[in-house]
Amino acid sequence: MIDKALQNLRQSMRAIGRPVSLMEVCGTHTMAAFRAGLRTLLPADLQLLSGPGCPVCVTPSAYVDQAVELSLKPGIMIATFGDMVRVPGSRSSLEKSRAQGAEVLVVYSPLDALEAARRNPGRQVVFLGVGFETTAPAVAWSIKTAADEGIPNYLVYSAHKTMPPAMNALLQSGESKVDGFLCPGHVSVIIGSRAYGFIAEGFHVPCVVAGFEPLDMLQAIGMLLRQVEKGQAMVENQYRRSVAPEGNITAQKMLAEVFEPGDAAWRGLGMLPGSGLRIRERYAAHDARIAFSLAGPEMLSPEPPGCRCGDVLRGVCTPLECGLYQKDCTPAHPVGACMVSGEGTCAAYYKYEKQAGQQQ
Amino acid sequence: MCLAIPARIVDLRGKQAVVDVDGVQRSIQTDLLTGLQVGDYVIVHAGFAIQKWSEQDVAEYRAIMEEMERLDQGLAPEGTDD
Repeated sequence: MIDKALQNLRQSMRAIGRPVSLMEVCGTHTMAAFRAGLRTLLPADLQLLSGPGCPVCVTPSAYVDQAVELSLKPGIMIATFGDMVRVPGSRSSLEKSRAQGAEVLVVYSPLDALEAARRNPGRQVVFLGVGFETTAPAVAWSIKTAADEGIPNYLVYSAHKTMPPAMNALLQSGESKVDGFLCPGHVSVIIGSRAYGFIAEGFHVPCVVAGFEPLDMLQAIGMLLRQVEKGQAMVENQYRRSVAPEGNITAQKMLAEVFEPGDAAWRGLGMLPGSGLRIRERYAAHDARIAFSLAGPEMLSPEPPGCRCGDVLRGVCTPLECGLYQKDCTPAHPVGACMVSGEGTCAAYYKYEKQAGQQQ
Repeated sequence: MCLAIPARIVDLRGKQAVVDVDGVQRSIQTDLLTGLQVGDYVIVHAGFAIQKWSEQDVAEYRAIMEEMERLDQGLAPEGTDD
């Protein structure tokens, strides 16, 4: 199957006869491609760009600053996915807060955060809501359950974002040259493959929803190249075992029950109208933004000097073109979020390109 | 991080389920899906089942993983299969 997939995509590249750039939007795809060594198997004139699909990476430092400030207040327990703990804000990080005595609980699920609120009625447990459509329904459920069961000390600080507006912004800017999108597998489980129709129809850019195994990705790349070769642009679904055209309706309903679209700032992309998920007024009692008068997710913040995380997230440059990469910015001492997250493009380059360099 | 490994439901009480992934069991919520039964395979994200896989989907996944093992044992580099 692998040989066949590789053979197909090499044939397509020959037929296309020019360099091709494809963007894998999802951070898990970025890591999977590196881990399996896919990049070394692909023809040299086929470039894989990483997109804005690493949740922690696209979260602006202003949000981290607000979370850090909140964590140092008495009676507060911050619950968060692990990646967020080490992300530098403009002055500090949650890791440093923790060293100063703040309670920062790393969780795998909002379920664990809700449980922490149940067990610690004397504290305000604030879950950092970071992630795309895949994660947000679970967080929506936790907010609804806190309201239904009367757990007043469970709050969420939402920086949740939705993927299609970011892909739209990338194409609108015309800055990054993308011949096709490998659409995120598990975002698509929720929103459905139909959600990308506006890209194929409006921008004439091919889209293929891809699974996470290397063979899935190779097949999806082959499907994209075939569209490029034929001058077509449509939405195809390589990941049929998980993704339906209409998505997961039950999860969409849960999302809509608790969240509504709001403006949100993205690292690298700036403020994108309607790209965020804001907690609805009926759940305001569980909205940390209101309870603690925190800045909204639309607040923009400057990048650290020299950091090109934003350019990397737009596919404008690779980490190798950033002056800080590997010198001042490493996983042990990260400057930008793209070097921190397990799904960050800079972290992936550091881990795998370095290995490749050592082998040469 | 998206984990795309099928988890088998071994216990289901209301919307709470216990799933088994390669012998490791954990408790999840199934509120984002309807009509699940013990024995079904699901994809889990952040403690929630977000999609159900059919037997056919699981078979497809296993076939892919077998192919990947072959890849791990050394795949022909570019050019040899042209």
